[in-house]
Amino acid sequence: MIDKIFLNMTRTSALLILFIVAWIFVVLFNESTEAMQTFGLDFITKDEWAPNLDKFGAYAAIFGSVASTFLAMLLAIPIAIGVAIFLSEIAHDKIKGFFGVSIELLAAIPSVIYGMWGLFFFVPILRDIFGGMGIGLLAAGIVLAIMILPFMAAVTRDAMNTTPDILKESAYALGGTQWDVIKDVIIPYAKAGIIGSLILALGRAIGETMAVTFVMGNVHHTPNSIMDPTTSIPVTLANEFTEADSSLYFSSLFGLALTLLIMSFVVIAIAKFYFLRKVRKGQ
Amino acid sequence: MTAVQKRIIVNKLALAFSTLSAVIALSFLFWILGVLVMKGVDALSWNIFIYEGSPPGYEDSGLKHALIGQLILVGLATIIGVPLGIMAGTYLSEYGKNSKLAHTIRDISDIMMSAPSIVIGAFVYAVIVMPMGHFSAWAGAIALAIMMIPIILRTTDDMLQLVPGTLREAAFALGAPKYKVIIDVVYRGAKAGILTGVLLGIARVAGETAPLLFTSFNDNFFTTDLNAAMPSLTVTMFNYAISPYDDWQQLGWAAAFILSMFILGLNILGRLILLAGKRK
Repeated sequence: MIDKIFLNMTRTSALLILFIVAWIFVVLFNESTEAMQTFGLDFITKDEWAPNLDKFGAYAAIFGSVASTFLAMLLAIPIAIGVAIFLSEIAHDKIKGFFGVSIELLAAIPSVIYGMWGLFFFVPILRDIFGGMGIGLLAAGIVLAIMILPFMAAVTRDAMNTTPDILKESAYALGGTQWDVIKDVIIPYAKAGIIGSLILALGRAIGETMAVTFVMGNVHHTPNSIMDPTTSIPVTLANEFTEADSSLYFSSLFGLALTLLIMSFVVIAIAKFYFLRKVRKGQ
Repeated sequence: MTAVQKRIIVNKLALAFSTLSAVIALSFLFWILGVLVMKGVDALSWNIFIYEGSPPGYEDSGLKHALIGQLILVGLATIIGVPLGIMAGTYLSEYGKNSKLAHTIRDISDIMMSAPSIVIGAFVYAVIVMPMGHFSAWAGAIALAIMMIPIILRTTDDMLQLVPGTLREAAFALGAPKYKVIIDVVYRGAKAGILTGVLLGIARVAGETAPLLFTSFNDNFFTTDLNAAMPSLTVTMFNYAISPYDDWQQLGWAAAFILSMFILGLNILGRLILLAGKRK
């Protein structure tokens, strides 16, 4: 009797997560139908976002999300791989422990703090170097890169650490240098895991709100250069959600949220199921 | 240059690049940490814990409202999220095991763990704030709980699976019903791991701003009314930091410092518990 109740309670809780995820999709879809019906495909291909005219085209925000994430990946990936190699192969055991834990703790720092640092300390430097406002696509890309770096380095290191020692030792025994071992043994062996980890970090970066809200500018305009202020989906949501005053405006914001959710779901699913699953099976 | 010399040089260059990237990464991160500590400690005073928010320019302004609000929001989220997360994890490990349903739930929670938090805020806005007609602490806590459940579910699932099957069989052989085996044997064996998962889950949502922006919203005054907008450290920090007022920005840094210390503390505590559990 109690056994049945316990089973049902736990099963209901487990099913709840599926229910919530389905519910999120349904709600966002329903809320955004008005915008979808009004604008159709124009919603994602036009960049005129004019609440006063009831015109909503999300192209600039989508472009900003993709461009800032791309920029962040461009900057973060080489450094994260370098850090991961350093942590798994080069560093002395003691440094490895200390450095490894600090990277993991840094990944736990609230992202809003990276945004504050960006606004008060980094943007002025960009302004001095490049002129203009400093706020814009480049600032967002860099702050995002720094924010995602600890997470990316930690998961990439974990992927590299799955390489069996015996493989590495055999390569050393054949006279390989450390770099030979890294590029010919570790990277080929852990390739799927490394790519999966990098894409997973990308999935996180694309949905990141607070690190970029401060430094992106929230201007609905497709940027002509990386120094131009622009916007991204999360930035638009954070800035405009509480200001929306018409149902079409709301509906368009929900449309943005749905677009973002689908983008990140697809990216994370590719990382998890295509790359990281292979790793799990391989072991 | 012989092939060997070339390989040695390439090796040195590659290792130097990798060490250099570690140095670059660390210097940026310590720069941010340094700013946080310097600015934070600078802005810290007793007033912060005594006074609530006030208009810019007032001496007697503090963060009491946001500190208490943050505790209420995270506390409520914990009360909602932790039991659900642990029970769901229990189902996966003890009943679902390798069934298709269990794997689907694991996959979906993995995705949810990295899903954009602002979207969860928008969802809660649509299903709670809109029907109720106003922002509320409940809405904020539920948004945080939705983020917390997948984290706790996955750690509970992993930790329970570490408990050896023989322990369960021994308990079954003594005639214990399944729920008793789970509660008295499996939970007891995985206590440290579950606790760590809970602490990391709390630490993870405590730093979230985006899901609170349009659920619990913000308030500059002290309140314990769960049906009204509730201030939080994160949203307060955001609002104060983008304000043009010096003293508000100062308070923003103080909030950032206090919250980071809280989150780092939880993370470190979680790790220590796990280590202590392993040593036994």
